[in-house]
Amino acid sequence: MKEAEIRRLLAANLLCVFTVILTVVVPPFFWDGFTVLGTHLAWLCVCSVCVSTLNIILHLVLKPNLSPKRISFAHKISRFLKCCVYFFMSCILFHAIIVLYGAPLIESVTETFLFAVLLSTFTTLQCLCMLGPNLQAWIRVFSKNGATSIWESSLQITTICSIFGAWFGAFPIPLDWDQPWQVWPISCSLGATFGYVAGLIIAPLWIHWNRKQLTYKSR
Amino acid sequence: MRLRSGVFASSCLLMEALGVALFLRGFFPVPIRSLSRREVRGDPPAEPAPSGPGMVSNWTKIPPPLFKKVVIVLIDALRDDFVFGSKGKQFMPYTAQAVEKGTSYSFIAEAKPPTVTMPRIKALMTGSIPGFIDVIMNLNSPALLDDNLIWQAKTSGKRIIFYGDDTWVKLFPKYFVEYDGTTSFFVSDFTEVDNNVTRHLDRVLKREDWDLLILHYLGLDHIGHMTGPNSPLVGPKLNEMDNILKKIHTSLISKEEASLPNLLVVCGDHGMSETGSHGGSSEGEVRTPLLFISSAFEKRSASTLAVCLGLPIPRNSVGKLIWPVVGGKTMREQLRFVHLNGFQLSRLLQENTPVYEKESDPGYEHFKIAEKSHGNWIKLYLEGNNSEILLNFGKKILKQYLEALKTLSSSLSKQVAQYDVYSMLVGAVIIMEVLLLLLLSIPKALSSRAEFEVPLSPPLFSLLFYLICLVLCAVHVIVCTSAESLCYFCSLSWLTAVGVIMLISVLMCGILSTIARVFENSRLPLKNPVVSSSNWSEIDLLIVTGTLVHVLSLGASSFIEEEHQTWYFLINTLCLVLCQELCRNNFLLKEWDPQHSTAVKRNFDRIGEVSECKNIDMLGTRNSKLGKTTSSAEFIKDSDKWISLASPWIILICCRLLRSLNQTGVQWAHRPDFGHWLTSSEHKSELSFLAAVSLLMVFFLVQRRCSLVSKIAMALGLLGVYSYRAAIGNVIFPWQHDSQDISKNLKNVCNYKEKCAGIIQHICTSVQLYKTIMTKYIWRPLNCDATQITIMHYWFGQAFFYFQGNSNGLATVDVTAGFVGLESYLEIPAVFLTAFATYAGPLLWAIHLLCYLSSEDSRNSVAVSHGSFCYALMRSIPVAIYIVLVTGLRYHLFIWSVFSPKLLYEGVHVFITTAICLFFTAMDQNHSHKVQD
Repeated sequence: MKEAEIRRLLAANLLCVFTVILTVVVPPFFWDGFTVLGTHLAWLCVCSVCVSTLNIILHLVLKPNLSPKRISFAHKISRFLKCCVYFFMSCILFHAIIVLYGAPLIESVTETFLFAVLLSTFTTLQCLCMLGPNLQAWIRVFSKNGATSIWESSLQITTICSIFGAWFGAFPIPLDWDQPWQVWPISCSLGATFGYVAGLIIAPLWIHWNRKQLTYKSR
Repeated sequence: MRLRSGVFASSCLLMEALGVALFLRGFFPVPIRSLSRREVRGDPPAEPAPSGPGMVSNWTKIPPPLFKKVVIVLIDALRDDFVFGSKGKQFMPYTAQAVEKGTSYSFIAEAKPPTVTMPRIKALMTGSIPGFIDVIMNLNSPALLDDNLIWQAKTSGKRIIFYGDDTWVKLFPKYFVEYDGTTSFFVSDFTEVDNNVTRHLDRVLKREDWDLLILHYLGLDHIGHMTGPNSPLVGPKLNEMDNILKKIHTSLISKEEASLPNLLVVCGDHGMSETGSHGGSSEGEVRTPLLFISSAFEKRSASTLAVCLGLPIPRNSVGKLIWPVVGGKTMREQLRFVHLNGFQLSRLLQENTPVYEKESDPGYEHFKIAEKSHGNWIKLYLEGNNSEILLNFGKKILKQYLEALKTLSSSLSKQVAQYDVYSMLVGAVIIMEVLLLLLLSIPKALSSRAEFEVPLSPPLFSLLFYLICLVLCAVHVIVCTSAESLCYFCSLSWLTAVGVIMLISVLMCGILSTIARVFENSRLPLKNPVVSSSNWSEIDLLIVTGTLVHVLSLGASSFIEEEHQTWYFLINTLCLVLCQELCRNNFLLKEWDPQHSTAVKRNFDRIGEVSECKNIDMLGTRNSKLGKTTSSAEFIKDSDKWISLASPWIILICCRLLRSLNQTGVQWAHRPDFGHWLTSSEHKSELSFLAAVSLLMVFFLVQRRCSLVSKIAMALGLLGVYSYRAAIGNVIFPWQHDSQDISKNLKNVCNYKEKCAGIIQHICTSVQLYKTIMTKYIWRPLNCDATQITIMHYWFGQAFFYFQGNSNGLATVDVTAGFVGLESYLEIPAVFLTAFATYAGPLLWAIHLLCYLSSEDSRNSVAVSHGSFCYALMRSIPVAIYIVLVTGLRYHLFIWSVFSPKLLYEGVHVFITTAICLFFTAMDQNHSHKVQD
């Protein structure tokens, strides 16, 4: 049971990694002059859209948290709307935090906001898919020893990795190397992406490694 | 010997301060000096003798002067674009015209950093490269003893008149026939300071009894300091300067006789940066114009000036002649000039290099060859040869000479960067040993007893100690006897040196015995289970990684330039982590009510683990702490909860605002910032409003705990601060009647309030107090231990250092703060006030830390001790690592522009931290005595 689930998780994560790679490789065929560094904003849009659609599809197909109850259609709609609001709010929150970290307030608002959207895709969207708009569950998952399944552990790891990636991505900005990728927000968004990819790869391996220690209490 | 960890930390810091002082003394090279200055000056060298026998050139005298009278107008902080740029055309029409008409030679001179007035004057007059150490002595100028232009002029009977900055009068006492010094200490004075110079001009220009007139105008520099290079005040000032130049020039021309023309030299001693200050090495600060205006023709260098005046070239000058100025003379004279210049340079080089390298220097070889051919040329000349051949040959020799001069000059400049490695090494060894000792004593010093057994007596009588002492003494003797270059540590008296050596060996033995004891302890009882890092809380993790990241970032020059970004980044992260911690504490404890106790227990376990991993056995306090946690969790009111949840965000927003108050660093320094917006003249009312509000805020926040008398005193003090600012003209005084009288009164008041005014340098500082109180909401609910709190305070202190507008460049040190309330320059108060104003942020946070920790005293009696120990540790880690880095990078391209200023900052910070720690310890001792009584 456990082994099979880990394998499913690995497949899903590898699919995500694959999508991220595709967003870099595929668009140049359709769009002349598309590069990650040159047309960074476009890449940010493409990447967040692709990753979010894939995540939603995976969520619908795999259904990691099976809820036995039948939910009415209206409830589903309200849930969906709530998710949208939550996502938007998380974008705003990330934007605010980035500005607090020192991003310019008025100039390059689009860059900052798209970066915030990318971060939310990597973090909030997954949480929304997995846990729904349920703040209590979020707090539970993100506190110590709070995960109740493999999927939630994976969620923890990828989220933390993407945020750390973005955090480390800010380091090279003050250096005077005059590289094209030092421009705001390229290094940060690349860092977040690398962190996300690393998290996706590490999560199944780490869970596999520690499968003896990981005993999930049922709720 | 048993020491409390606070005492231990401060004694460690004292030793470290000694080490830092030694290192700094060794690192900043003593500028190249010709050994004995002017006494042994021989006669000027004769023209090289022609090789043939019987032909002796009889020209041994210095060439006659090129100009009769020379007027040097030195305009402080004159940037090159003020003369040559669009501003020059607009505001200095006469000068710009002179440049275009071709009656002048104009250059852009590159000043070597440090671009501060006193070293620059020294450099101009002696031709040497200013030492970095000169910055520290910038304010206090003892008489210049090296060979210099003024001395040369004086001894050859020239009469010199000087008006302007009284630094000159101090540097060259008794050299001037007539002088009037103006002080540069009233920085807000833009007009009087220049009028005091100009008022003599009419009288002097009419007279005939002088040869050299030096005028030093300070007004432009003052405007730059107060309002920056783009202020509307700059234009009129430049215009005023232009009129003065016009007056001098026309009077010089009118008096010119047939014999010799007069010369007008216009120069700046340094430029100004985009923010209006100077001291660093940015483009604007380094480039200054240099104009030679004279009707005779069409680098600021002591050599050129000397030749122009017909004086011997100062011995320590490392400069070259500025060629076009002396062009147009006969070939013999030209050759004579370069020969003199070359001879002086090669002698300087010889005196400063070891014997074996003397003959091998390429510049020296070039010079010898050129000298030889010069001799041949003289022979031809004296034989009365064909002028055509003579001219061509002469040109060739000239070229050789110039090449030789170039190589000589550059190899001399390289010589300046000589380090006193032995002193550096001794200092670094002391610092590293102190750091090791501190690191090794962490477990003991942070334990609940906060006491540290200093292994003093066994090493003092051990064989090892004497052996180390002996070996070090031997090394010392060997190094000092064999060292050829100057070595500071060797020049100390032998008693001091032996003292330092004993200190080193004591530290060494102490470290060894501590290591031995640690090993014994770990072998005997393995009671403490190995604590893995997974038990660390996020805050611990962040603190450790943050410290490491910051220390490592010091190795890159751009991270030093932008160090403020590192700190802002770290405190932001710290706030977010705190927020997360608060969220968890609040929500988790609330929601899992059935599992409440377990959650608390887990929380407590975590605390326990944390403390265990730091070997803090809080057995005594455990129970009380647990009780407190539960009770506080139960009785937390909703409002309190929300305030504590919101406080990290408020702090984050405040940080963001403060961050835009002053842009510092290098890359983004030109961005418009809030501080300049406020201080610009259009926004005076906003500034006054803000200042008043923040002063009121300070009053209302602080007055709660004060008695009536101190309340009144404080109110008066704050009122004094505001009115002082108003008198100076920074803010608007609401009732503005005869302000002259008021300001006179205020000056007296300010003598008492100088400290206050020093603190409230910027408004930002007063916002600080407000914020300091805000933070209290955070620490209380989170039961952090003293260590964490200390480190957080240290971080915030560092961030505030940069919020204030400081940076790691010397340009941002606000020297004006040193003269608040002082009638004249007094060295010690000025230095103290400047240091106080610069380090106001870290100091305030340290004081707040002390208040907080001593209020915690009832709960944790050793909090203050822990605090001071951590403070010492936090300071010595970056210093030790940075010293190693700087030693490794001492031939880096940016060593003088980036790394050395940072080293100075670090050094001063160590001294200040030492003072803070001593203060902490004194408070702690005092307190514990009281408790015992």
